[in-house]
Amino acid sequence: MKIIFSKLKPYLPLVFITIVCLFTSVMCDLYLPTLMSNIVNQGISTGNTSLILSLGAEMLGISLLSMAASICTNYLSSKAAMGFGRDLRAATFRKITSYSLHEVDKIGTASLITRNTNDVIQIQMVIMMGMRMMVDMPLHLIGGLIYALRIDLELSVILLIAVPVLACIILLNLKFTTPLFRLMQTKMDNLNRVMREKLSGVRVIRAFNAVDREKKRFNDTNYDLTQNALRANRRMAIMHPATMMVMNASVIAVLGFGAMRIESGGMMSGDVMAYLQYLMQILGSVMMANMMIMMIPRAIVSMRRVAEVLNMESELNDPEVPKIPEEGVRGSVSFENVSFAYPGAEEPVLKNISFETRPGETTAIIGATGSGKSTLVNLIPRFYDTTSGTIRVDGLDIRDMAQEDLRNRIGYVPQKALLFTGTISENIRYGKSDATDEEVRKAAEIAQAAEFIEKMPDGYDSILSQDATNVSGGQKQRISIARALARQPEIYIFDDSFSALDFKTDAMLREALKPVTQNSTVIIVAQRVATVMSADRIIVLDDGEMVGYGTHAELLNSCEVYREIVSSQLSEEEIA
Amino acid sequence: MSEEKRTIMPPPPGPPPETKKKKKKKFDDFDDIPQSKYNRAARPGGMRRGGPPGGGMRRGGPPGMRMPGEKVKDFKGTLKRVLKYMAAFKWQLAIVTFMCICTSVASVFSPKVQGYAVNVLYYGESTGEWQYNLLTKWLLILGVIYVMNSLFAFIQQWTSIGVSQNIVRIFRRDIDDKLSRLPLKYYDSNTHGEILSRVTNDVDNVSNTLQQSITQIISSAITLIGVLVMMLSISVWLTLITLCTLPLYLLVIYIIAPRSQRYFVGQQRALGDINGHIEEMFTGQKIVKAYNHEKDSIDEFEEINNRYYKYSRRAQVISGLIMPATRFIGNLGYVLMCVVGGLFVSGGRILLGDMSAFLTYVRQFSQPINQTSNIANVIQSTLASAERIFEILDEVEEVPDADGSKDLVRASDSKNANGHTVLEGAVKFDHIEFGYSPEKILMKDLSIDVKPGQTIAVVGPTGAGKTTLVNLLMRFYDVSKGAIRIDGVDIREMTRESLRSIFGMVLQDTWLFNGSIRDNIAYGRPDATDKEIVDAAVAARADHFIRTLPEGYDTVLNEEGSNVSQGQKQLLTIARAFLADPAILILDEATSSVDTRTEILIQKAMEELMKGRTSFVIAHRLSTIRDADMILVMNQGSIIETGTHTELLAQNGFYADLYNSQFTGRDLDEAG
Repeated sequence: MKIIFSKLKPYLPLVFITIVCLFTSVMCDLYLPTLMSNIVNQGISTGNTSLILSLGAEMLGISLLSMAASICTNYLSSKAAMGFGRDLRAATFRKITSYSLHEVDKIGTASLITRNTNDVIQIQMVIMMGMRMMVDMPLHLIGGLIYALRIDLELSVILLIAVPVLACIILLNLKFTTPLFRLMQTKMDNLNRVMREKLSGVRVIRAFNAVDREKKRFNDTNYDLTQNALRANRRMAIMHPATMMVMNASVIAVLGFGAMRIESGGMMSGDVMAYLQYLMQILGSVMMANMMIMMIPRAIVSMRRVAEVLNMESELNDPEVPKIPEEGVRGSVSFENVSFAYPGAEEPVLKNISFETRPGETTAIIGATGSGKSTLVNLIPRFYDTTSGTIRVDGLDIRDMAQEDLRNRIGYVPQKALLFTGTISENIRYGKSDATDEEVRKAAEIAQAAEFIEKMPDGYDSILSQDATNVSGGQKQRISIARALARQPEIYIFDDSFSALDFKTDAMLREALKPVTQNSTVIIVAQRVATVMSADRIIVLDDGEMVGYGTHAELLNSCEVYREIVSSQLSEEEIA
Repeated sequence: MSEEKRTIMPPPPGPPPETKKKKKKKFDDFDDIPQSKYNRAARPGGMRRGGPPGGGMRRGGPPGMRMPGEKVKDFKGTLKRVLKYMAAFKWQLAIVTFMCICTSVASVFSPKVQGYAVNVLYYGESTGEWQYNLLTKWLLILGVIYVMNSLFAFIQQWTSIGVSQNIVRIFRRDIDDKLSRLPLKYYDSNTHGEILSRVTNDVDNVSNTLQQSITQIISSAITLIGVLVMMLSISVWLTLITLCTLPLYLLVIYIIAPRSQRYFVGQQRALGDINGHIEEMFTGQKIVKAYNHEKDSIDEFEEINNRYYKYSRRAQVISGLIMPATRFIGNLGYVLMCVVGGLFVSGGRILLGDMSAFLTYVRQFSQPINQTSNIANVIQSTLASAERIFEILDEVEEVPDADGSKDLVRASDSKNANGHTVLEGAVKFDHIEFGYSPEKILMKDLSIDVKPGQTIAVVGPTGAGKTTLVNLLMRFYDVSKGAIRIDGVDIREMTRESLRSIFGMVLQDTWLFNGSIRDNIAYGRPDATDKEIVDAAVAARADHFIRTLPEGYDTVLNEEGSNVSQGQKQLLTIARAFLADPAILILDEATSSVDTRTEILIQKAMEELMKGRTSFVIAHRLSTIRDADMILVMNQGSIIETGTHTELLAQNGFYADLYNSQFTGRDLDEAG
């Protein structure tokens, strides 16, 4: 967590001044009852009107000072906390952007998102509250104590009893109530889950006439949540009256013992009045502490989660002196005995893969789910590093190249089309930011996307919403293909990019790709035999091993796995 | 967890009047709050779209801030309906109100009694004559008041928690109940996140208000009146002086709060953008990296992040002025009381105890003002939430089963000797017309005649409309003209329950719930014996893999269903269909997401399941298509061609295109 506090460093002077201001305002607040008791003790009893007025003026001055200090505190703490939050958020974002997919997998995308958004906000808030309240509270406590002790030592025995009793109540509350609130979170998640299942499964539920059973399931969960909420909140409800009781008992004690102290000449009645006010401040700050304590565990969880992100270094870095492939070499990819295992996994996903492709050739990779097809192509843009073996692009080991240079040579189309908020042409230009309108349209045409784009009301300027819900899955995939085409790369990687397309579009697209990819290497991962049949070579993967390598015709004769795949998809005559 | 959410303020939002614009020139760079790119400037209910479960999201405002709520469309009507819900708890609410009055009165009285005690002290001090009996009496009374106060406060909270939690439970129950009666159309036209957010965020919002704000309103009102009465009883002049500070409070709140409002709006938008950008970039990290866009992404982030910083800081600074300012006004009243009160005491017009009581009253006086200044917002936002809940409750329900609907015998209850059902399973589309909206008719005058036991292949591009077919057959949607008949009976003349028990669905987006494999298979027939369940699993070729799982049939499918593969899930849904033993099947052939071997298993299991049943197969395999008794060619939601393979090829239409393009594009010229 050190790393988080280190981000606070630039703001330390601000924090320091904040604390000074806070200190001033608290001291001012604490001074007021003393002045009040002076009015009572010296002004009222002697009937000294001018003293009352001058003390009143002094009180007013102190109030103004307190307000000024509070405003400064607020200004400075806002500046510091928000600035700190901004820096921490940016640092986290930069860090995560620098991660390779390896680190991303380790923590998980969803978790990374929460860490960069909610957790950072949580921390920012605690820092802000911390600067205001966590300092304010002990100051009130200590200041109040000092003033109280100064007024009368003997009366302070009451504090000696009241404060520990209050602390006990708070601790008991923490012990018995907090777990219930945590449990409530789980029960709330349960309720959400049941509801989500009901929403996504509505057709099945109705088809199976299970509406009443589902209703009961929801009611049970709902009841369970309510019971827990009742218990948690009711325990919490004891808190307030109990602490009030302690404070009020102290008030009675002060009045009672105060009388004796006055009689014995140790105090004056103005002192008792002031003492009562300090008592309230002290006990009030102890109760505030309770609220703060309940916030801290959550903040600590957030801090740990963010610190984990900031402390993790990407294991995949550019070489110090990156090599650049020779001019004229364009678009060759070779795998030499490549094996790859995900960190922590027992079994490697890929074992001893070797092959080579040259420009103008199409290499297809086919195999069952989980056979390692996607992993194989993910190694080429160096999303991961191989466990052993070497991948060469244009004759160079990709680990000797700058990642940027390597990726500039590749047009990658992922399995699931990922588009960004913005217009369609912006999305296509993502591949080549300086692409002309002509180039964008050409890419869309080849990707079989031009037709539907031009039909949209705003054409290429149509805005894709966040989840791109205004275009269908197949259309998204075609835009994603156009994005890769706009780049005019040396190497095309299609990671099962055609399966979202219908047969006809698939065929037309592959036909249109042919002239464009004449001088490029094309690597296609596919499920459909029809997609791979015409490739120059087909790699058949099974459990991470290459079990077949050759053309469609060759593999039909030589490769059992390939035949199995083919026969499950095509009928006899089509195979022939 | 949200009690701090609503203590402080900003009063009603609303655009500042035009005339004020000029004065604010120095804030010009903030005048045009940029629209959120991600179009999701956070709403008070909490973060939309999934978000973290259970409201982990805190808004960026200070802890006391409640975001400006959106407007309620029908304030009175919504309020009335909320009150109707509350009416069920009228006795408890009466107790809450009564206790609330008691505690407020007690807290109003105690300073007065305390003042009497102080008087005794002062009297003793100045005269040397100590009236301990009197002091004991006052202190005892004070003690009783305090104990009662705590007791009443406890009873009040205990009861109000019961009321609010139960109202919330009833809200959720009613929504759920309603959802089960809504037509599928509702589910299809609203996102799940939206519905979910109403069940959770909006209901929570109402619950919080019920639990806190109601008692707050009552106690604030009583305290205010009570304090005023007590102050008047002590000294009219001192009361008038105290009242002088009142306009100052209002002035401060009404000057500062609207100014901070606009920055809060900007802050929320920026926060929405930040979240949107982060979500998008992290989800698309592969693409960001593959296309070397890291720097662009960071630059954009920094821009939004700075914008957020600017807005949030201003919002904090300005809204943060309220606290010191009101405290100063409070202190001002306090000082005035000390001085004027002191003068009064020394002049003998009031006693010292009166002054001491007055000092407490001055503090008590400012509290309700601070608290209630936010109440308008809280009510506004609560009613907005309530309104969204009522919107669901007011949706048009599914047309109820017609009177005298036929209750066809459940297939599984009426097996004949062959193990087949008496229901024959003939399906007839009789000149139907259908469209999801009247403007867009998908099917017009369509007739199909399916004989019992036939296999119908449904082909077409992905997303061409298999859902439409399911929707019509199972009567999730009604046709607008014509009729669908099963064994000659119009499906609108059957009860939905009996209609749906005729069908079995094995779709690719397998829906399994978070429960054991056994319960999932028995979903269609909860009364099935263990043997029947295992038999169904064996028939579905699922028994083998289930037994390899550590806990066999008792394995609980986790939420993401990640402990079984996609193909295995489909086998489970086949088992589920076997057990339900329907007369008509709607099947989805396995495609890309399933590995070859499982695919073969699924194929065999499906073939077995289809024996003797009328089957609609969403087909991907050519062999299935060719062997089908009839092919329905679908495109964009409508059935565009029907016939057998040979007939359709001869037609040389859409189907012929589709079929030919299978061959790696070499017949493309014909196809195009």
